[in-house]
Amino acid sequence: MNLIRNSIGRDVPASIDGKPLRPYAGAYEDSPALPAGSPRTIGGPRRPAPARGKPDKLVAGWDELLDRLDLKDGSTISFHHHLRDGDAVINEVVARLAARGLRDLTIAPTALFPVHDRLVPFIESGVIAKVEGSMNGAVGAACSRGAMKGTAVLRSHGGRQRAIQDGDLHIDAAFIAAPCADPAGNANGLLGRSACGPLAYPVPDSLAADKVAVITDGLVPYPCAPRSISGGNVDWVLEVESIGDASRIVSGTTRLTRSPTQLLIAELTARFIEETGVMRDGFSFQAGAGGISLAATVFLAERMRARGVKASFAHGGATGVLVGLLEEGLLGSIVDLQSFDLEAVRSCRDDARHIESTPFDSYGPRASGSAASMLDAAILGATEVDLDFNVNVNTHSDGLLLHGIGGHADAAASAACSIITAPSFRKRIPIVRERVTTVSCPGEVVDVVVTERGVAINPRRGDLADRARRAGLPLVSLGDLMTEIRAFTGVPDEPEFGDRVVAVVEWRDGTALDVVRELAGQPRP
Amino acid sequence: MTKRKSDCEVAYAAGGGELRVRVDSSVGVLFGRAIERTAREAAAEFGVGSGELRVDDDGALDYAVAARVEAALRAAGFARVGPARAAGNAPAAPRRPIPWRSRLYLPGDQPDLFPNAGLFGADCLILDLEDSVMPSRKAEARILARRVLEAHRGFFGRSALVVRVNPLAGPFGRDDVAELGACLPDAILLPKCESPADVEALASELDSLESTARGGGRALIMALVETARGVVAAPSIAAASDRVCAVCFGAEDFSRDVGARRTAGGAEASLARQSVVLAAKAAGVQAHDSVYSDSDDDAGFAAYCEAARAMGFDGVGLVHPRQIAIAHRAFDPGPAELEEARRIVAALEEAASRGLGVASIEGKMIDAPVAERARRVVARASGEAR
Repeated sequence: MNLIRNSIGRDVPASIDGKPLRPYAGAYEDSPALPAGSPRTIGGPRRPAPARGKPDKLVAGWDELLDRLDLKDGSTISFHHHLRDGDAVINEVVARLAARGLRDLTIAPTALFPVHDRLVPFIESGVIAKVEGSMNGAVGAACSRGAMKGTAVLRSHGGRQRAIQDGDLHIDAAFIAAPCADPAGNANGLLGRSACGPLAYPVPDSLAADKVAVITDGLVPYPCAPRSISGGNVDWVLEVESIGDASRIVSGTTRLTRSPTQLLIAELTARFIEETGVMRDGFSFQAGAGGISLAATVFLAERMRARGVKASFAHGGATGVLVGLLEEGLLGSIVDLQSFDLEAVRSCRDDARHIESTPFDSYGPRASGSAASMLDAAILGATEVDLDFNVNVNTHSDGLLLHGIGGHADAAASAACSIITAPSFRKRIPIVRERVTTVSCPGEVVDVVVTERGVAINPRRGDLADRARRAGLPLVSLGDLMTEIRAFTGVPDEPEFGDRVVAVVEWRDGTALDVVRELAGQPRP
Repeated sequence: MTKRKSDCEVAYAAGGGELRVRVDSSVGVLFGRAIERTAREAAAEFGVGSGELRVDDDGALDYAVAARVEAALRAAGFARVGPARAAGNAPAAPRRPIPWRSRLYLPGDQPDLFPNAGLFGADCLILDLEDSVMPSRKAEARILARRVLEAHRGFFGRSALVVRVNPLAGPFGRDDVAELGACLPDAILLPKCESPADVEALASELDSLESTARGGGRALIMALVETARGVVAAPSIAAASDRVCAVCFGAEDFSRDVGARRTAGGAEASLARQSVVLAAKAAGVQAHDSVYSDSDDDAGFAAYCEAARAMGFDGVGLVHPRQIAIAHRAFDPGPAELEEARRIVAALEEAASRGLGVASIEGKMIDAPVAERARRVVARASGEAR
């Protein structure tokens, strides 16, 4: 394989599966300008205008739907992950296509969950040749073992939207599971017994896929309102008994973590945001639903209350904690891509200040400004950080590919201050490394790393370091932190990799940031 | 075998031939060789060169691997060949001064709690070998405590380090103390104290351990009274040894012992609490209140600390680090008290500079105990500010 060294010193292939690949050259270098006359965005009705009369999109069952979609060996099919670990649609579609004898499919999900571990046999048997987008859990592990025929592509939520917009990711058929839809294909995620909140991730798919199918267990008469997916972009509608297990769709927890270390990191994060002056009237932030992020949100709110400060908006995944702050008046609004619990679903449905977003509006690398670029602070996680502030969220230190990127890279690259929160070691594994196993996010866009043993600030952000020093925050260098941790964890051995590249990590602009290699000594499938 | 997070389980089987070490670890790719090395080193300490060690690991640190191997070998009847390591790794920072406002309990058999224990800022940390350790795990826990004291004193930062041993009269207490002989902590918390003899027994045990130990430290004793007899004997317990630095009250066991029903207001134990404060103060040592076990109820805990402070307690027991800040707020002097103490200290210094034996403020003479307390308040406030 022909390798090129990119600007952060990682060797990446010049092409994958015959398609040329540009090496990463810098977070904001971006790709060449689009040719003159290119549309600003794609999508909208491309289908021939129907003759007079009401379109008849309802199909009788799965077989009719799959007949009409007319998929071939090697087709690319896409899915969203709003139903999280409750999703029944991805497994159903792949099993049915396998039964029809299809092979070499590319699946392009926005994320996968443990329920999708059942895809592994289809990867091993060659029904699925590769995954583009996000891989998690057993599917990622199978990819690490070299079980996948093609080379996977890992993209952030924004990167995926861009790839669709630029035509890098061509979707033959999008399968959009919808908690509520009408026979014309208008759909939302707010109503119905499988309500999941926004139906945001599949919007780019609905604009660009050759064929779009809405699968619903909440069919309502026209018009389905509100409307996240426009019926004008939908070809077929299938009513099914159930699109998923409602109890696992909203599986987030809003209970404050009890882990003393997580609480310590969260408190230090909130203190950093207040004492460096990021927290001021009208500021905005993004924090996920993980233990540290949620606790940091709670502690930040305490400081906002004490200082009489209000935030203009919070962005990203919505939780009951954020909804509480909205209702208390500490937040002007929530810009929501994904609801993590029932409180967030209810709020998104009932409160006009709780705004449903799309990947383009939230993270679009080609957008002229997105919600993420309006952010003053983004609180993000990591499985590893290295001395150049590069962050790994994809692989574990033993080399196994186990997580997707999500909105991590987009929020880090766009927010005015990106903050990585992580314990400095997990079990025995140091989080601070000389060199991360996989670069998911380049150090150029990572400003601050908060651990239980102090705050490390990227030398590029001397302004933040000055303010933090004046505030008396406990500052550490990543090098000193690594030495301190290794004194009791020991220095880990390096995992052994084979030569084969099993996945490429794409930066938001489509350039190759890093690769994931096959683990050595794996039995061939 | 069930796995415990950041811990490992070790089994030893006797057999011929070279010692085999089989490691099955969730971090095996990264630390499999390090785990085997540690296991072999620990085996060598016990002269074990044959048989098989099986290590089932979920990310235990070195000292925990060594402790579990040692426990398995001792259970199999092996004895140490050569001396144990003396305590190394003395903490870099000075210990928090007495009085201790917070004493945070850490279950003694959970090695994942130790590496970050010093980060939370508790005045003192209690490594608990008593109530939080099941009888079947007592030996494992005391070996783990010794190994962490030997190798990683730095984990506990500036917090004073205390080990709660089992009662000396029972089956485990004397072994607990003996195990820690070469690496004694800052203090031993002695539970179920009912008479001065309980304290004297521990003190004479410590006398003999310290006479042979290489370090020059002197371990203190915190006496925990948690029965009717203990509360009644508190004055003589507090005065039983000059090692006693605190008398602590245990409300849960006390209520059970006297057949009281626990109430929110705590009226059933108010006389006992006051007795503990009186006994401690009469002997010139700290009075420490019982734990408040609902760690989710911040407001309730704050009120509890206020009441303890008002009664004369110096500090309180904690079950979760999130309680530390609340306890310190309650037991720290308020702004008015600090201001008053500063004025007293200033007056004392002024009098001393003029060669006067007595100082006065607004015509009132400053008594010795008042002067002493003011000095402590000011010293702690300036220590915290550093």
